[in-house]
Amino acid sequence: MTQRHEIKRFLTVAIAAALLLLPPMPTHADAQPEAIARYGDPDAQPQMVLRGATDIKTFGPVVEAFAARAPGLGITLEQWNSIDLYDRTLKDCRAGRPGADLVISSAIDLQVKLVNLGCAAPHVSAATQALPADRNWRDELFGVTQEPAVMVYNRRLLPPALRPRSRFDLLDLLRQTDTPFAGGRIATYDIQASGVGYLFAFVDSRQASTFGSLIEAFGRLDAVATCCSAEIIQGVRSGQYLMAYNVLGSYALDLAAQYPELEVVAPSDYVLVLSRAVMVPKGARLGAAAGALVDFLLSPQGRDVLSDNHLIVEIGIERDIPFPSESVAALRVIPLSPVLLLGLDRQERGRFVDAWMTAFDLPIAP
Amino acid sequence: MIKPLPPEPQPAPQQIDPICDEKNGAKAGAATDETGRLGTAPTTAAMSLTRRLTLLLAMFLSVGGVVIALLAASYGRQAAEQTYDRLLLGAAGQIAAAISVQDGQIITNLPVSAFELLAQAPDDRLFYAVIDPKGGLVTGDDLAFPQGRGTRFFDGVDQGEATRFVALERIFAERGFAGVVTVVVGQTALARADLAAEITRNALAISALAGGLLVLLAVLVTRAALGPLRSIEAALIARAPQDLTALNLPVPREIARLVAALNGFMSRLDRTMSMNSRLLADASHQIRTPIAALRAQAELAADEPDPARLRRIAGRIHARAIDLTRLTEQMLSRAMIIHRADAAAQTLVDLRDVAMDAAEEVGDAQPNRRRDLRLDLPDTPVLAMADDLSLREAAKNLVMNALIHGKPPVRIQVRGETLGPHHLAVVAVQDAGMGPLALPAGKGPPKAMGSSKGTGLGLQIVRAVAAAHGGVLATRKGPNSFEAAIELPAATRPEKGATR
Repeated sequence: MTQRHEIKRFLTVAIAAALLLLPPMPTHADAQPEAIARYGDPDAQPQMVLRGATDIKTFGPVVEAFAARAPGLGITLEQWNSIDLYDRTLKDCRAGRPGADLVISSAIDLQVKLVNLGCAAPHVSAATQALPADRNWRDELFGVTQEPAVMVYNRRLLPPALRPRSRFDLLDLLRQTDTPFAGGRIATYDIQASGVGYLFAFVDSRQASTFGSLIEAFGRLDAVATCCSAEIIQGVRSGQYLMAYNVLGSYALDLAAQYPELEVVAPSDYVLVLSRAVMVPKGARLGAAAGALVDFLLSPQGRDVLSDNHLIVEIGIERDIPFPSESVAALRVIPLSPVLLLGLDRQERGRFVDAWMTAFDLPIAP
Repeated sequence: MIKPLPPEPQPAPQQIDPICDEKNGAKAGAATDETGRLGTAPTTAAMSLTRRLTLLLAMFLSVGGVVIALLAASYGRQAAEQTYDRLLLGAAGQIAAAISVQDGQIITNLPVSAFELLAQAPDDRLFYAVIDPKGGLVTGDDLAFPQGRGTRFFDGVDQGEATRFVALERIFAERGFAGVVTVVVGQTALARADLAAEITRNALAISALAGGLLVLLAVLVTRAALGPLRSIEAALIARAPQDLTALNLPVPREIARLVAALNGFMSRLDRTMSMNSRLLADASHQIRTPIAALRAQAELAADEPDPARLRRIAGRIHARAIDLTRLTEQMLSRAMIIHRADAAAQTLVDLRDVAMDAAEEVGDAQPNRRRDLRLDLPDTPVLAMADDLSLREAAKNLVMNALIHGKPPVRIQVRGETLGPHHLAVVAVQDAGMGPLALPAGKGPPKAMGSSKGTGLGLQIVRAVAAAHGGVLATRKGPNSFEAAIELPAATRPEKGATR
């Protein structure tokens, strides 16, 4: 009896603690979406609310394709910053109020955290059951996209001999005394501001010993850490940076299609592959419709639309991104698993961000 | 699947209601046929051994199945708990080992292997916390845990899901920091439940398989065990109808008793039959002699002209005819006694009455020997369950034997005896002679059968009667006496008012 009481007390304390303590990132009192778009029947009530840490420009066409198949359904697509999205979803979950009907984010570690906190509702269908284990956690979180972390160069400014194909090439180039990358000519994510940036960096640090050397070299050459994918790639195009490291392949390919001077390369030693994760929050008003959208995203038609919008990037010979080998070992899909919680640990994260910021000589956010 | 036995058909009612006769006639006839058929098939009375065993085993297995299911479920739960508790403990141990103290601060270098270990339960949510000696959260989730010392497991509920935790301690005694750091690691219980269900399922499947095999084995074993019975059956069917020799088959010890009983029965049957045929042979032999004498006298009479002689011859013929009548009666009564001794219903008989009747009848038949007979009867009744008539004849036989072969006086004694735990009712006939030189050993009648007065078969009959009553014929030889006694189990008169 007392134990049960204690557990109840622990739960309330845990809720409060989670709200206050997790994650130790900048939070705004009441964060708002960055942009809103509507699809389908505008008069339908209630409207299906779709919150994504994904550009409307990229994800909008996918939602539109789904809306075309679901007559009588009105869909509101909100574009959020991934950390704000996490905070908002957790707040809705803790308050027990219906919020979004579907949440999609590239910060899959935060999505895993939400599911680990019990904020997701299960959805089971033939499509979800066909998913491999690393893209379906608990039937509550599904990996729907396939986006590699890539390097992007400016072809015009970087001669072929100086274009790295792997992390080892890059390290060698950065170590040359007359390296062209000195003086802030290489850019990557600011891991404090970008959820996916932190995720890539953290997973990178666990993958190979090259990471430590890279960070050290980045710091020595005054590499730039900034937000976000679009800004970084635009910087490469404009010539501000010669190359960008570890950016999302979906955005890179999107812009490369417009600007021929951009070249997108998947590092040949290994490629991190992110599968953007969707979940139906517990208490969603239109859970069934959200489930139908999940199934659509996993269907061949949905995959075609995602592919058209570079959200599913095929890597390999004669594919979206040229890749010298078909070796599966080199493709490292970040699994949807509670192991990702490790990167969100307060002390781990503190230490990691600390090291990173010190290397980049950036102020550490309070 | 075991089908229940069909109920035994009831015999058709003996009297059919005349009004319903027309309607039920056909049905009643059919039922009678059925009854008739069943009458010739005695095996329908008992359930087949195989079926009996299968039924028993099925009952045992279904009860056992429930017990095994409960045990399997409990075992599965326990095994799954143990397995995943070890996983929790392993992860907690790894986290605890990764804790260090730097400048008086607790630093947790969370090992990824701990998380990967926990992810062995792939669908379970996980929780962890590192807590400093003052109860402050160093890192992880804010978890409540029971106070206490050492490693402790505890259960909880999170978001409606059952959870399981372990709390582990690591004691630090460093410069600038001393105290107990607690590591709590927990998980939801999905994988546990899955594993428990899987173990239970497997255990049940194996048990079911074993049960099936057991039933199959039981059927085979029954068949094998009944094999010797089949060989006996075959041996009996194969032998000639007159063949009453003992079965000589190699049979297991359990069935050897049955074979021995069967052999004993057959040898008794054999004895009875040979006795019958001997009786028949003796009878024809004994009757042939007087008849031949009669015929010779009659032929003499036919040629005798002298009336005085003729009268003498007629007197002899008359005497012979009387002899022959007596002999025939005797033989008929003997045959009847042998038959009755086995077949007649037994009633409560006072042996004093038996003795008195026997003495009287012998006295009537041999009036000139009446003075040689003495009756020695107790004052109280001596009771036995017996067939009155055959017992009386047996007693008469003993008396006649004593009169003919023994020395007077002949004493007929009735007495009760106690032999160990048995109470006996005894009719004894004593004479002053030496008794026969060799009493028949029970194998056959004595040789002396020439005399028409002889009752050589007498002792055989007496022995048979005694045996049919569950008793024996006992003989005792004294220095100047011989006693032959029929010893029967004593009976008591039922209480007054009690029904017979």
